[in-house]
Amino acid sequence: MTFLIQQTLIYAVPLMIVALAGVFAERSGIINLALEGIMIFGAFIGVLFVNLVQQAGTFDAAKAAGDWVALQGFELLAMLAAAVMGAVFSLLLSFASVNLKADQTIGGTALNLLAPALVLFFIRIIANQNTLQMATGDSASWFMIKKSFFGYGRTEDMGFFGSTFIDKTYLATYICILLFLVLSILLYKTRFGLRLRSCGENPQAADSLGINVYVMRYAGTTISGALAGMGGFVYALTTANCAANGDVAGFGFLALAVMIFGNWKPLNIAGAALLFGLFKCIAASYSSIDINGDGVYLLNELGISAHFYRMLPYLVTLVVLAFTSKKSRAPKAEGIPYDKGKR
Amino acid sequence: MKEKLGKLWGKEGTKSVLASLISILIGMAVGAIIIVVVGLNNPNLGPSGVMDGIRLVFGGLFSTGREAGELTFGFNPTNMGDMLFRATPLILTGLSVAVAFKTGLFNIGAPGQYLMGTAVSLMLALGIPSEAVPTWLIWIIAFLGGMLAGALWGCIPGLVKAMLNINEVLACIMTNWIAANLVTWIFDGSDFRNLVENTKSGYIYKTSFNGVATAKLGLDKIFPGSQVNGGILIAIVIAILVYILMNKTTLGYELKACGANRHAARYAGIADKRNIVLSMAIAGALSGAAAALYYLAGNTEFYWSTYQTLPATGFNGIPVALLAASNPIAVIFTGCFMSMLDIVGLQLTNLTAYNEYITDVIIAIIVYLSAFSLVIKMLLTHRRKHKAAAAAGETPPAQPPSDQGQGEKGGGEA
Repeated sequence: MTFLIQQTLIYAVPLMIVALAGVFAERSGIINLALEGIMIFGAFIGVLFVNLVQQAGTFDAAKAAGDWVALQGFELLAMLAAAVMGAVFSLLLSFASVNLKADQTIGGTALNLLAPALVLFFIRIIANQNTLQMATGDSASWFMIKKSFFGYGRTEDMGFFGSTFIDKTYLATYICILLFLVLSILLYKTRFGLRLRSCGENPQAADSLGINVYVMRYAGTTISGALAGMGGFVYALTTANCAANGDVAGFGFLALAVMIFGNWKPLNIAGAALLFGLFKCIAASYSSIDINGDGVYLLNELGISAHFYRMLPYLVTLVVLAFTSKKSRAPKAEGIPYDKGKR
Repeated sequence: MKEKLGKLWGKEGTKSVLASLISILIGMAVGAIIIVVVGLNNPNLGPSGVMDGIRLVFGGLFSTGREAGELTFGFNPTNMGDMLFRATPLILTGLSVAVAFKTGLFNIGAPGQYLMGTAVSLMLALGIPSEAVPTWLIWIIAFLGGMLAGALWGCIPGLVKAMLNINEVLACIMTNWIAANLVTWIFDGSDFRNLVENTKSGYIYKTSFNGVATAKLGLDKIFPGSQVNGGILIAIVIAILVYILMNKTTLGYELKACGANRHAARYAGIADKRNIVLSMAIAGALSGAAAALYYLAGNTEFYWSTYQTLPATGFNGIPVALLAASNPIAVIFTGCFMSMLDIVGLQLTNLTAYNEYITDVIIAIIVYLSAFSLVIKMLLTHRRKHKAAAAAGETPPAQPPSDQGQGEKGGGEA
């Protein structure tokens, strides 16, 4: 059970935060098809930051002394770097779709093409291979939270709660969940959030009330870029051992799917991401999941092909959608460039 | 004469072509700038490396290698033929995306349709015994089978969109990954894996193991040493057929009407649901044909354990279609252009310390700029108006908007 929850969270959290990134863009009226590209870029920046800081030796002393608080700070800095550069990268999309009123699908596709190309181009030149890794050690030894930090011995038990949510987890996961909550409240309970959403539904009406639609759309897309960049690094940190290779296994597109699946609402998105994460986790490790702890690996003994389990997350999404999509409603003005003169 | 030129200039299509050409030029220029910046900051490259890099970006297709440390250029039939060979699937996936665009759908599902086409045409080409059936018949069956598989796979997003109102982008993404897993499942443990050659069991047999290969049609004489075959001609014929279908038939008109405004189309008595499914099926068939032509060539191998990656050829259909402004004829040229950049990338990797990803950067920048094509077109119109106004002292009347339909056809003049 512990294993199942931990693994599910590892898959679900990047999806959740990047899907929320999509919500911020689309609620402001910009289709952010570039989530995948921004994730790839953010992952690269985060890993590059970790790599360069390690080479500079800034945190070597902390590592040697086992000062895990400082190392968690290092992780946060890397997340911040990824978020900032993700936001900068997303400016390309905002500029094209807000200022130049370009087709947002094309702009997003361009960023999706640009990110892996640029990232691989630089990784090849920096590392002389197709993946950029940490300069020393791995993500588990540098960034993972372990029970020894809290004075527990190797054989001591932390209890169900401790071993599930504290031992062998990453701080990044919880930061993402916290951000998800804060930003959802921002979107629904503040003046800024209301204004942002109004620009995605009826920008003309919003403008007539004195809201600057361009600024709001820039804000939505920039927040989106920051979240997606950070989500990309979190994905690389927790599932790819802090390595960047110009690929996030289609997670950006999956996040887009989770966003539509969640009907552009944060709570539904969290549910959708968890469901998807659960099936992703089952697919990755169905043969070693012991559901009720009686030593019987039920899913493995059913004798169903591994390929079927890998297909399951996508199949389940389609089937669930078939039942729920009649009610699905996208923000009304998304994808339409705002033109002041238009009525 | 001048009048004629003026007319040509005024056409919407000419402006589309010009806008695309400007995008291409700027994209290549930015690529060159990146090469300069990276080269000057990298001790391995230096100024001479920069010069080589830039010359290859612009003329890589005509590169003939290195002689005494200097790059040589000239007609290179191998590069030329390989360009045509690689263009074949790109043209078809580009068409697939373009048809869907014209009907108001975003077919991001081309990779999945491509995979299904690959699997079915390979199974047919390798599974039908060549002792019993003539190989040309097997080729045709496999080709049509691939198209059919793609069409059926494309139908799924179309159906769920039409019947259940599921966003087609989402359904396409899901079917992509389902296809990737399904194809791996089909081939995992099957007899189609190449078990004869050592260390090749990760791949499916080349279709030439069963004697099935696309006819060369004399193209190998023109481009010796390359992989080119008759597939490129088939792709061009299909592009022309798609052009006729979309622009000269009632069905094409109905499909486009649904894309422009689904509700208005239904009001006009067009079966909108049927047309959505149909246009996705056509798009899927084109992607399936792309896969069939690529893998039936007889000299290509399919890496079957593909559940973690989707084929890039499918995604590359998107920029091909965008750059061509979804015009089926223009897709032929943009497909060739993309594959040319591919060849340029290979030359860069082989001959300099740069790597092939710079050409991907160039493609991305071109696509990004093509999103501005409206702005570029507007600038072109403005400049022309200015000039005319300055010359004649009067403002010419604005271009009537009825030229829009003309513009779509005009793009073929590239």
